Amino acid sequence: MAAHLKKRVYEEFSKVVQIPHEETPAKKLRLSKPSKSAALHIDLCKATNSTDALQYLLQFARKPVEAESVEGVVRILLEHYYKVKSCGYFFSPFFKNRVDKSRIPSVLKKSQTANDDDSFFQETDNSVRLKIASLLGLLSKTQGFSPDCIVDDAINTLSNEKSHQVLAQLLETLLIIGTQLPESPALRLRLVEVAYKHLSDTYFGVRNKCLQLLGCLGMVDAPLGKENEGAGTSLGGLRDVQSIISDYFGDQDPRVRTAALKAMLQLHERGMKIHQIIYDQACRLLTDDYEQVRSAAVQMVWVLSQLYPESIVPIPSSNEEIRLVDDAFGKISHMVSDGSWMVRVQAAKTLGSMLQVSPHFLEQTLDKKLMSDLRRKRTAHERAKELFASGEFSSGRKWADDAPKEKLDTNTVNLIASGACGAFVHGLEDEMFEVRIAAVEALCQLARSSPSFAEKCLDFLVDMFNDEIEEVRLQSIHVLREISTHITLREDQLDTVLAVLEDSSRDIREALHELLCYTNVSTKECIQLALLELLKNLNKYPTDRNSVWKCLKFLGSRHPTLVLPLVPELLSTHPYFDTPEPDMDDPAYIAVLVLVFNAAKSCPTMPALFSDHTFRHYAYLRDSLSHLVPPLRLPGRKQVYGLDSVDSGPGSGSVESAQLFLQQSLNRVSTIQNLEAPGAQDLLDLTTRDLLRLGELQTELAGAADFCATYLRCQLLLMKALQEKLWNMAVPLCLKQNVTATAAAQQILEETYKLEFLYSGLESRQVATIHHVRLQAKALQLVLTARTRQGLDLLIGSCEKFLQDVESFQRLFLTELPHLQDSFVDKLLELMPRLSSCKPVELVKILQTTLRQSGLLQLRLPEQIHRATATIIEPTGESDNPLRFTSGLVVALDIDATLEHVQDPQNTVKVQVLYPDGQSHVIHPKPGDFRKPGPHRHRLITQVYLSHTAWTEPSQIEVRLLLAYSSSSTSLTSPSKLGWSESLESLPPAEAAVEGTIPFSKAVKVFIMPKPARR
Amino acid sequence: MPEIKVTPLGAGQDVGRSCILVSIGGKNIMLDCGMHMGYNDDRRFPDFSYITQNGRLTDFLDCLIISHFHLDHCGALPYMSEMVGYDGPIYMTHPTKAICPILLEDFRKITVDKKGETNFFTSQMIKDCMKKVIPLNLHQTVQVDDELEIKAYYAGHVLGAAMVHIKVGSESVVYTGDYNMTPDRHLGAAWIDKCRPDILISESTYATTIRDSKRCRERDFLKKVHESIERGGKVLIPVFALGRAQELCILLETFWERMNLKAPIYFSTGLTEKANHYYKLFITWTNQKIRKTFVQRNMFEFKHIKAFDRSYADNPGPMVVFATPGMLHAGQSLQIFKKWAGNEKNMVIMPGYCVQGTIGHKILNGQRKLEMEGRATLDVKLQVEYMSFSAHADAKGIMQLIRMAEPRNMLLVHGEAVKMEFLKGKIEQEFSIDCYMPANGETTTVTTNPSVPVDISLNLLKREMALGGPLPDPKKPRTMHGTLIMKENSLKLVSSEQALKELGLNEHQLRFTCHVQLQDPHSDADTLHRIYTHLKSVLKGYTIQHLPDGTVIVESIVIKVSSSAEDSNTKVLLLSWSYQVKTWTLFLERFTLIYNGVLPGG
Repeated sequence: MAAHLKKRVYEEFSKVVQIPHEETPAKKLRLSKPSKSAALHIDLCKATNSTDALQYLLQFARKPVEAESVEGVVRILLEHYYKVKSCGYFFSPFFKNRVDKSRIPSVLKKSQTANDDDSFFQETDNSVRLKIASLLGLLSKTQGFSPDCIVDDAINTLSNEKSHQVLAQLLETLLIIGTQLPESPALRLRLVEVAYKHLSDTYFGVRNKCLQLLGCLGMVDAPLGKENEGAGTSLGGLRDVQSIISDYFGDQDPRVRTAALKAMLQLHERGMKIHQIIYDQACRLLTDDYEQVRSAAVQMVWVLSQLYPESIVPIPSSNEEIRLVDDAFGKISHMVSDGSWMVRVQAAKTLGSMLQVSPHFLEQTLDKKLMSDLRRKRTAHERAKELFASGEFSSGRKWADDAPKEKLDTNTVNLIASGACGAFVHGLEDEMFEVRIAAVEALCQLARSSPSFAEKCLDFLVDMFNDEIEEVRLQSIHVLREISTHITLREDQLDTVLAVLEDSSRDIREALHELLCYTNVSTKECIQLALLELLKNLNKYPTDRNSVWKCLKFLGSRHPTLVLPLVPELLSTHPYFDTPEPDMDDPAYIAVLVLVFNAAKSCPTMPALFSDHTFRHYAYLRDSLSHLVPPLRLPGRKQVYGLDSVDSGPGSGSVESAQLFLQQSLNRVSTIQNLEAPGAQDLLDLTTRDLLRLGELQTELAGAADFCATYLRCQLLLMKALQEKLWNMAVPLCLKQNVTATAAAQQILEETYKLEFLYSGLESRQVATIHHVRLQAKALQLVLTARTRQGLDLLIGSCEKFLQDVESFQRLFLTELPHLQDSFVDKLLELMPRLSSCKPVELVKILQTTLRQSGLLQLRLPEQIHRATATIIEPTGESDNPLRFTSGLVVALDIDATLEHVQDPQNTVKVQVLYPDGQSHVIHPKPGDFRKPGPHRHRLITQVYLSHTAWTEPSQIEVRLLLAYSSSSTSLTSPSKLGWSESLESLPPAEAAVEGTIPFSKAVKVFIMPKPARR
Repeated sequence: MPEIKVTPLGAGQDVGRSCILVSIGGKNIMLDCGMHMGYNDDRRFPDFSYITQNGRLTDFLDCLIISHFHLDHCGALPYMSEMVGYDGPIYMTHPTKAICPILLEDFRKITVDKKGETNFFTSQMIKDCMKKVIPLNLHQTVQVDDELEIKAYYAGHVLGAAMVHIKVGSESVVYTGDYNMTPDRHLGAAWIDKCRPDILISESTYATTIRDSKRCRERDFLKKVHESIERGGKVLIPVFALGRAQELCILLETFWERMNLKAPIYFSTGLTEKANHYYKLFITWTNQKIRKTFVQRNMFEFKHIKAFDRSYADNPGPMVVFATPGMLHAGQSLQIFKKWAGNEKNMVIMPGYCVQGTIGHKILNGQRKLEMEGRATLDVKLQVEYMSFSAHADAKGIMQLIRMAEPRNMLLVHGEAVKMEFLKGKIEQEFSIDCYMPANGETTTVTTNPSVPVDISLNLLKREMALGGPLPDPKKPRTMHGTLIMKENSLKLVSSEQALKELGLNEHQLRFTCHVQLQDPHSDADTLHRIYTHLKSVLKGYTIQHLPDGTVIVESIVIKVSSSAEDSNTKVLLLSWSYQVKTWTLFLERFTLIYNGVLPGG
């Protein structure tokens, strides 16, 4: 509202100011809107010197302009640009630049037809003209404004302009206009022509912009066909855009060279096929003195290598030839040791995407000692290898092994890496971690496509685990995991890998666990080593428990044969003696068991080695940690086996059958036409129970089943509330029933919020159904209010609110209304005209009958529906030791939880702490506390601060996670995109936002003990 | 032809005692002023008498530049400036200036107090000498005098190490000092821009080595230390107090922290604490990681590394000791070595280069019996490991630097002759530039081809540019008209008019005339008119004037017609044009036109 007022005031203001202005009769402005343009004009007229004018323009630029007044503004700007005689001061002797009249913009002529003999002068101050030019560009970007009407003016202005800077700015404007109007080839042709004309300018900025124009607007569609038709000849033999741009590869100004390369890349991006001739030129630019040029050249070479990977290029100074992609790979590898780190990053990144490169080139990138240019002596590859093996260069690892031996054909060895030699060795050792990360990523990409390369780069990646920067370490661990399908770790490599388990960073350790899950190892010693290190890790960082167990689960199931010989040792069984039974609660023992049981799954001989208590522990763990311990076929454990087969036996077929069952249940429910039908309640009851059980059995369908069950429960509640015969009784007699009905209505409301916000994958149809239930609940509430309370005012208020709700429902789900045939809303909307005019009592009556008559709305299931769940891993709630702290101070409680299917957890997930005295705190975790280990999965690792006054003895607090929602933030209600902030308020007032929270994790109890402060 | 002369007084085909004289563009510059570790006599300092027999050096040297604080690069500084006598400017970077006096003082103490030498520089001399030092910043161009300018680049190697670019006019020399092209735990890599010097003077300590990746080296080092500690052995790491020591400290410190090891690490005291203080201060000179994290924790504030006391050497149990000096030739490291040498559980790790003649060099070459002073022999039972941690560029790094700087000539110093020879061959073959490796006292002369800068007036430039094509092509030379004026040691290119004006000369005009005989029966005026109309029709786009005094002027060509005395039918055409190439060709062209046009059929 405030904005509205402001706007009006502003409009009035501008009108008021305009009156004195209209006193000059010669001047008439045809303004479509007396808004900003008018204000600008007046400002500009008032300006007595260029500084003032510049100030006004700067101010003006800060505010947006509506599309319809853009043209007016442009005209005013151009007027000012040419200093059209409308204000007195222009006749000062300083304004000497007379402008050729024929070149005055057409827009101006229109407004100036009255006084033909006006003198046109150009604004003398460069900065003002510059600003005007930039404003023109800015204005043409306005949405809804088509800038084609100002093209002519802009081009005309261009031809009058003397200042290079303004010229560059005008070209920029043209570029904007050109990109705004991609559909007009004629305009493009004109703009390109303009660009050609100014390419020879002496100022680098102008050349830059021209090249940019050519890059963005140059003809993509091959001009060959057109030229044959004679269209191109009109331009005096329009040369190929590419050859013109490539002429500027040799420009004296590095910025122009960069712009030329960029323009060429732009052409490529727009789909023009770059000629292969460019390759040589681009390669030459790789050695340019300026880093931007080199960086762009790297990109250019890369583009060409992707376009012509198989063409053959000659090697200078020899008569051999190689594939272009290999040549480019070698050249870009060279750039990894460039002087500028920006170029190095660029080069390292680029290398990763050159997958077509020949394998022997690829392998060179990891070879530092291979100094010679392999290309030229490919035939003598073997000889070369021997030569290096004989050690021409010392490695620096042994003293005096660099004492010169007899010279072994030194001519064949080039020190400088003219090929791809050692590019990655360099990249991985680079000073800047950005380069190292880029190199690691490139290694990953290349290794994924080439198993042999993956094998070779393993050592280097493992080395990167000791990098000094954590980010790099983490990245290399991730990379190793990604390529781990190709590789088998040797013992020494595993040793290095495992050393990282002691890292103090949790992210690194967990990444490493993840890596170990996917790793193949070669020997049983490796398994033992890994287990030992993992147990050490577990000992040092007990919070890693779950992660370590999971890791061992995969390790076991991957290497059953390697685990087998270790079993007696691991379980410390002895052929003759009984060993003491280990402690079942020891996480380390559980870890060992997890490893063994998972290995035993595919190794049937293993259970024979188990001792009695192992079987007992198996049964216990199978029950308590069923996600870690697989079902085993154990001899003499038939009942276990039988039970397990239910779980493990059915494959995908069972999902389908469950789906079918779900659908059938729903269909069955849909047969209930009337809520009052006999047996309907029982059916609903039964179906709800079925569905809940189904959700437990079939985890894939848990979300859908839960969703349906909740929905049906809502319906059931509604049904019960309505079906009571007591409705016909007098009010005082059915007080108790009223209470249950009120409670039911309240519960239904709550459930609908859960339905709406707890499940992901809902379509608007389901949302409509949910809202429909909510509406029913509200109607019920209204009816109950009418019956119990006598206050008419209150009733009127709630009636109005209800009608509003109905309206907003109609507005929101307009498209869904056809699906809601015969439902409560449908009937309600029919009666709407009557409803809005009738009295509250009447309304209540209508509602009551409609509610009871309306049928059950059938629920249709969406494709994928998941329930948001959260599990608090830490604290476990098992500890008997209270957290002691001094009252009045705070204690930090570590919370570790996994969230599934939560969208945007950073904003919605909160932690609630409930104290025994009923106090509750809601804590909003930092966005950085959320990690995303997998799709639809989040991990919350945070700390909450607890504090309380002193207690006499320890007591438990409850910690749980909440999902916050706000009905205004649903995707359906929020408008697509809000433009200017003013427009927000003009929208119809949204449905009053309902905010709330849904607890979606089990509460965990934590023992705490605030002690009184000691004095 | 101008020449640049380079004479190494030390470090020519040798390691240690770096001292190089450069004469460039009439300036004499001394690069580094170091001492030799291997000698205890006069040979330990450079032979300054090479420069002048008697008298102060100030008259012969324009400036002295110290690349970094290692004693083999700055050890002779007080001797030279105070005892031989030099008052000129001395340049070094800020960290070097801060740390250098500490090392010099230490050096002085060992030589004078321990060995009892006399005739050595005093503490006061060190202080006086440091007063003459002008600090340098990285990438800061310092004007030594009107012509000589120097600029420092980051060199890695040790804290504050710099490469210097020395420039006189358009001639330039780059001296690398010691540098490292691979970054390490506390320093970044050397970097230089494409300055294309006439000579690049580079160290070549590791001319024949290509080192393994630093990660392998680090891992090996840590593994060896760790294993030895687990065996219960003692590890001695002889280091020079500053440089590698800090690198290894950081390495061990982080390792200890990560592995949660308890064995003590000691660092022999003394100058270290003072120097470590400077390491904490000059964070901007370290590598990316330390620069980024020093706000949370300065990496040089060690938690596990404690000061060493002599008595600790006899303590039982495992320990790691860093002791100075690095080549086991004297001092604490030698004492500890003697104590520990007998036990095969112990280990000595040599992390860097050892000069010939030192004990370090001997044990690395496998000598198991050492002759000590006083005829005693020492059995070396402990393990000897070598781990190349010196922060010198290896062969590949040197090549990389050459590629970065693109010099016209190459000069190798600070390395062993045989190895240099090898690298020299490589450089010449790879870059096809000349490479020199002078011995001490041997002068290398390189002729340069400097460009002579000439001032040109902007007006002239603009005018000439307007005449020629669109844009000057930087690759193609273009001719232009102008007058070169040499005046008071400066060259100027101006337009001829301005030159005349400046020199107060009159302009002389040179005109060529030529007579052409025509057979034409018309009167003079008629003929002229015919020529005029013809020219007008033929030469479109030129200004052709028919003046009332009976001449036709085409641009600057004047045409007159007169009848010959003998025959009125024979007309003599007088043509006159000024001396300008352009008009000359124009004329020729035109003349044929006239000829063909006026004479029908002829």
